[in-house]
Amino acid sequence: MNESLSTRRLVTRLLLVVVAMFAFGFALVPIYEVMCQAFGINGKTAGAYGGTQAVDEQRQVRVQFLATNAAGMSWEFRPQADEVTVHPGASTQMLFVAHNPTGQPMTAQAIPSVAPSKAAAYFHKTECFCFTQQVLQPGERIEMPVRFIVDRDLPADVQHLTLAYTLFDITARKPPVAQVSR
Amino acid sequence: MSAVIDSHQGQAHSDHHHGPAKGLMRWVLTTNHKDIGTLYLWFSFAMFLLGGSMAMVIRAELFQPGLQIVQPEFFNQMTTMHGLIMVFGAVMPAFVGLANWMIPLMIGAPDMALPRMNNFSFWLLPAAFTLLVSTLFSEGGGPNFGWTFYAPLSTTYAPESVTFFIFAVHLMGISSIMGAINVIATILNLRAPGMTLMKMPLFVWTWLITAFLLIAVMPVLAGCVTMMLMDVHFGTSFFSAAGGGDPVLFQHVFWFFGHPEVYIMILPAFGAVSSIIPAFARKPLFGYTSMVYATASIAFLSFIVWAHHMFTVGIPLTGELFFMYATMLIAVPTGVKVFNWASTMWQGSMTFETPMLFSVAFVILFTIGGFSGLMLAIAPADFQYHDTYFVVAHFHYVLVPGAIFGIFASAYYWLPKWTGHMYDETLAKLHFWMSFIGMNLAFFPMHFVGLAGMPRRIPDYNMMFANFNMVSSIGAFMFGATQLLFLFIVIKCIRGGQPAAAKPWDGAEGLEWTVPSPAPYHTFQTPPDVK
Ligand code: HEM
Ligand SMILES: [Cu+2]
Repeated sequence: MNESLSTRRLVTRLLLVVVAMFAFGFALVPIYEVMCQAFGINGKTAGAYGGTQAVDEQRQVRVQFLATNAAGMSWEFRPQADEVTVHPGASTQMLFVAHNPTGQPMTAQAIPSVAPSKAAAYFHKTECFCFTQQVLQPGERIEMPVRFIVDRDLPADVQHLTLAYTLFDITARKPPVAQVSR
Repeated sequence: MSAVIDSHQGQAHSDHHHGPAKGLMRWVLTTNHKDIGTLYLWFSFAMFLLGGSMAMVIRAELFQPGLQIVQPEFFNQMTTMHGLIMVFGAVMPAFVGLANWMIPLMIGAPDMALPRMNNFSFWLLPAAFTLLVSTLFSEGGGPNFGWTFYAPLSTTYAPESVTFFIFAVHLMGISSIMGAINVIATILNLRAPGMTLMKMPLFVWTWLITAFLLIAVMPVLAGCVTMMLMDVHFGTSFFSAAGGGDPVLFQHVFWFFGHPEVYIMILPAFGAVSSIIPAFARKPLFGYTSMVYATASIAFLSFIVWAHHMFTVGIPLTGELFFMYATMLIAVPTGVKVFNWASTMWQGSMTFETPMLFSVAFVILFTIGGFSGLMLAIAPADFQYHDTYFVVAHFHYVLVPGAIFGIFASAYYWLPKWTGHMYDETLAKLHFWMSFIGMNLAFFPMHFVGLAGMPRRIPDYNMMFANFNMVSSIGAFMFGATQLLFLFIVIKCIRGGQPAAAKPWDGAEGLEWTVPSPAPYHTFQTPPDVK
């Protein structure tokens, strides 16, 4: 009879492990988010940046811009310039143009990514159209600003970085609220 | 002790010696570990043939370049279903079947600790696979996203039937978890007096460790498909960049399950081979203790190497290095095992009955698979090898002569105990040689085409790969056809043959050989004395 009790207790404990590991699977989602932001994995950038920095006039960094449509997205989407040269610490603005050529109102979400990924943590966006969704009426065209600061502590071997946006059509999945601030 | 686990505990003692019930209900309602083991083994074999026929479709299409037999859409469904059925339907249930049959016999227990749950674990499987296979007949077709079902292929771009796939995986997961809990409870609580942990046969040890791996990672797989379900139906975006999620996260979650999973498929085979080689070398196993520790270290390391499947997704350099070295570290305990098997054979009085043939082939060919694994573990080199046929060659070398040959070796080794008859040795040797030649013909050339750049999971390919692919297909047809011979041998052995002694192999050790052959319906009602 002792054995039977201990079997029951053992099984209960094993079931607890099972439940804990199921929860751990879901816990991987925030863990991954934190790791990505801490180490700039995948070029993930953080949310809006509040600080200001002194400008480092000595140094110049090239920032390139890329705009890509995700599969099935029909908007016209491009930066106004392919590239700018900035001083670390200085606040710079770039405009992206979006145009909805279709006959329907559509909602879009832009997802940013910085390459090389180790530079992502040093690229601060003080304002970005990617923090919200864009709704464009048929034929409408807008200019969308991103304002950013390249951190003074950007590793010295990075002279050149790329800010890439992928634009997703999220009309079908309303309400299209991003879970993570970007 | 027996009163506790026997479900008829309220009845008179004489009831303990009744035989099996008659007819179909015997199998539906059975709680007997031998019956359930038999069910698992037959189910696994049926799945092996089904998954195998899909492989035949794949190899027929790849016999020549160009599209001949199937459309690319269907080809993708074949590769996906082949992988899923072989992993979850053939290999895993075969090992659970062996565990059910042999663990109680090996540790002197009258049955599994949780016989009713055991019945339920089994019967979930036919339900799961009916659900899965039925998707092939649905309008949009079955799963076509590969057995690794990477998002967004399996979410945004998935066929409608993905929901069936998700529920099928849930059922398989529940079944494996219950099976694993049962194994742990049996091993920890039902060992005969005197059967200390360090006296247990290695098959029992490796299964104990496998069971812990199962309860650790099957829930993560369940979580992974649950997240997919929510992305597909409930508007979340775990894996969708558009909503703030990340497809790369999918790969982390999947491989956190996936890498331990490959060890789930090989550790029990390690255990079985560690019983069989000493029996036919007529020497005790070399380095028993180091085998136990090696198995435990492999299991531990398997949790920290998952990103070696993701070297090319863009992880930081330190990450690449960490996962590269951690992966290579696994080769150390694996090497210990290979060394121990070789040392067990060294200067032994070896004979080569079929179980031994399969075991020796296991040691040699599994080692080849381990070496290609080491090549893949070199992160910079993996950028070239990743997603080519070289990876296909690697995992087929560890899974076919590893897991599958381990299962064949076990089947031949214990068939006399299960059926009470000796199998036909001549036919069995033929089965071995045809399998051995067929499998090498099929998979060895894949190393070459892979290194030359042939991508995996494609129905058509460059002319320059034509010759090797034809050889592969011929080998695969040979391997596939030979498995019907195995079916014939097993049926023949069940229906008759030379009666088997309680211990048909003179060098064999273990409690399972102390009961008559065929093993009576109830064994070890009173626990044996283990010295
Ligand atoms: C020394 C031991 C091993 C090492 C170093 C190793 C290493 C690797 C690496 C680096 C990959 C990823 C290759 C790529 O996708 O580019 C891989 C894939 C794979 N390995 Fe291993 N491996 C080992 C043993 C095993 C064992 C024992 C099994 C199974 C019994 C196994 C099954 C697989 C499978 C199924 C895949 C491919 C999964 C897929 O992408 O579909 N490996 N291995
Ligand atoms: Cu792996």
